[in-house]
Amino acid sequence: MGFLSKIKAGLQKTRSSLMARLEGLFVRNTFDEAFYEELEEILIGADVGVETTLLLVEKLRAKIQEEKIRDGDRVIEVLKELILDILGRETTPLQLDGTGPAVILVLGVNGVGKTTTIGKLAKLFRAENKKVLLAAGDTFRAAAGEQLQIWAERSGSELVKHQQGADPAAVIFDAITAAVSRGYNVVLCDTAGRLHNKANLMAELKKVHKVVEKALPGAPHEVLLVLDATTGQNALAQAQVFHEAAPLTGLVLTKLDGTAKGGIVIAIAQKLQIPVKYVGVGEGIDDLLPFNPAEYVEGLFAAHT
Amino acid sequence: MLFENLSAKLQDTFKRLRGKGKLSEKDVDAALREVRLALLEADVNYKVVKDFIAAVKERSLGSDVMASLTPGQTVIKIVHEELTRLMGEQAAKLTKAKSPPTIVMLVGLQGSGKTTSAAKLASLLKKGGGNPLLVAADIYRPAAIKQLQVLGEQVAVPVFQLGGQDPVQIARAALEYARKHSHDYLLVDTAGRLHVDAELMEELARMQAALQPQEILLVVDAMTGQDAVTVAKAFQEKLMLSGIILTKLDGDTRGGAALSVRAVTGCPVKFAGLGEKTDAFEPFYPDRMASRILGMGDVLTLIEKAQAAIDEDKAREMERKLRRQQFTLEDFLEQMQQLRKMGPLSQLVEMLPGVGGLGKKLKGLQVDEKEFKRAEAIILSMTKKERLNPSIINSSRRKRIAAGSGTRIQDVNNLLKQFEMMQKMLKQFSKLEKGKSRSRGHGRFPFM
Repeated sequence: MGFLSKIKAGLQKTRSSLMARLEGLFVRNTFDEAFYEELEEILIGADVGVETTLLLVEKLRAKIQEEKIRDGDRVIEVLKELILDILGRETTPLQLDGTGPAVILVLGVNGVGKTTTIGKLAKLFRAENKKVLLAAGDTFRAAAGEQLQIWAERSGSELVKHQQGADPAAVIFDAITAAVSRGYNVVLCDTAGRLHNKANLMAELKKVHKVVEKALPGAPHEVLLVLDATTGQNALAQAQVFHEAAPLTGLVLTKLDGTAKGGIVIAIAQKLQIPVKYVGVGEGIDDLLPFNPAEYVEGLFAAHT
Repeated sequence: MLFENLSAKLQDTFKRLRGKGKLSEKDVDAALREVRLALLEADVNYKVVKDFIAAVKERSLGSDVMASLTPGQTVIKIVHEELTRLMGEQAAKLTKAKSPPTIVMLVGLQGSGKTTSAAKLASLLKKGGGNPLLVAADIYRPAAIKQLQVLGEQVAVPVFQLGGQDPVQIARAALEYARKHSHDYLLVDTAGRLHVDAELMEELARMQAALQPQEILLVVDAMTGQDAVTVAKAFQEKLMLSGIILTKLDGDTRGGAALSVRAVTGCPVKFAGLGEKTDAFEPFYPDRMASRILGMGDVLTLIEKAQAAIDEDKAREMERKLRRQQFTLEDFLEQMQQLRKMGPLSQLVEMLPGVGGLGKKLKGLQVDEKEFKRAEAIILSMTKKERLNPSIINSSRRKRIAAGSGTRIQDVNNLLKQFEMMQKMLKQFSKLEKGKSRSRGHGRFPFM
């Protein structure tokens, strides 16, 4: 199944509600205040957020006036373009170059799907015949290590694990050292879910990041923040604070197979210029896809093309 | 702007209103626009916001506001009342079965916190003298059963599991087991599922039919966005939801999902999850949540916590000392120990009124438990004489204290400096108290 069809399947429900409203909206030929207000509600309803929504609508208004647009279909094209201006138009691949193993740090608040995402990423790398090592850096949550163990088996990767309560930095350091000496290509580091307003847990994360830098020059090659598409405006705060603790290189947007739209990634891209790199569209090991902005936006507006 | 919460926003809006003598319809509209934006930024669903604003506006334009001498306060009062009404007015309790066990199912999306909540609820019931049984019915997520077992062990509540068997079978067997072993509560942890997954939603319906539970609690992540409404509706269509558990409220989310879910399901929020530890779980007080949203702080909870932890006589004695400026390191130690009994400091701070606006300043003030312990160790390494009169602590004493507490001299110096600053602040406070005027302080309630 290709990206588009999966995304389409995933966004089916989203689209049916969103599009029903959009279709109603865009058959009009005149654009009055009620039109813009309704447009605002649609974007806010997609969790794009007040600020980014107002910005988008503001720009759309200007364009409509400037280009004297009268046609509803043309309006949606303009809106898509405006969103793509923010999201970027290209798929952003993982940057894994370097001499030793590529180290990927996976972060996020509780329950967003970090461990599952690691399992899926491992599978992707295994499919490219890479040797993959998983580091069980979530030493806090009950049975997190066991959960990762199962993903290691499913994906055909190896696992480095200490006992519960161990120092996560130590686990990850061990994993990287082992990966270097045993010639692994990729190290995927799991971390405990942490709310970004817990100062001590964020300090722990900084330490983990520092240890990774020391363990291998050039590492971490990727620092991915996992965001739950169901999350609202708080995701922006998450991105901001995690970015300060450990500079992020990309986002993974999970649970996009529900009805949530994950529109907050548009706000994050606009404010922090952090690209979405992957999207999670199910619980299966293959349900992780590279994020393609054009197709994502296309998927959102598919009924109009 | 990011860390300003809804309380702060509404406070800002109403500060402007408070300065006004009389309100025009335009004033009300301007204020309500701010309320609308704040609620939207707080992730309250836009439809819920619309209804809410309409209700407030209708009442605000009624005679009571226009005629009121303090229209600003009247509008705030209306917003607060409507918010409270929307949240429900009382803490809702669990419905008990006529003959035990009382059966509780926990359902929700993946990652909302069902397993953790199940263990926390079990712990709460156990502390109340109950004999709950946890049931591991999440057969899909890797290591979910193991997770519940570990948590069950932590709270000393047995966990019933049949491995990867059909969840409906597990539920039936667990019920039989609970009856045989006279458990009074059966808490069923179900697998996380998307509300659009027809097959898994059907599974829940079958479990409901098999168990006939008294309670089906939808576990909702407080950070959920606009979709909370869709999710809650879908679960309610399939199941007889009886209540909500709101999790991760210890985050800095504005938590508008609570309003949304409550509004669309009509189900009360019964419990709130406030942290990863198994005792970070409380009954949900809707009126307090409404107050918190409005910037009154969760004063009631704070007072209750304080009462539970602090000996009243000691508190009075402390107050006397504070006023007379006889506050010593000995008292400082005692106070710190009592504060720690009340829970993590960061949580206490959030419950204080007016903190919305102070959020940024307080960010730097976040004290972790380790620092607390260090300070405690330092004071404990002092002699009684030193504690009562810190000015005698010279450098050789400092060296000894540092060695005794396993800290550095710097740490001892820091603590002494902090204490000195605190004393100075107390002096200023008591001066202020004496010359107390009607000036508006940061921490004052907007209603007063």
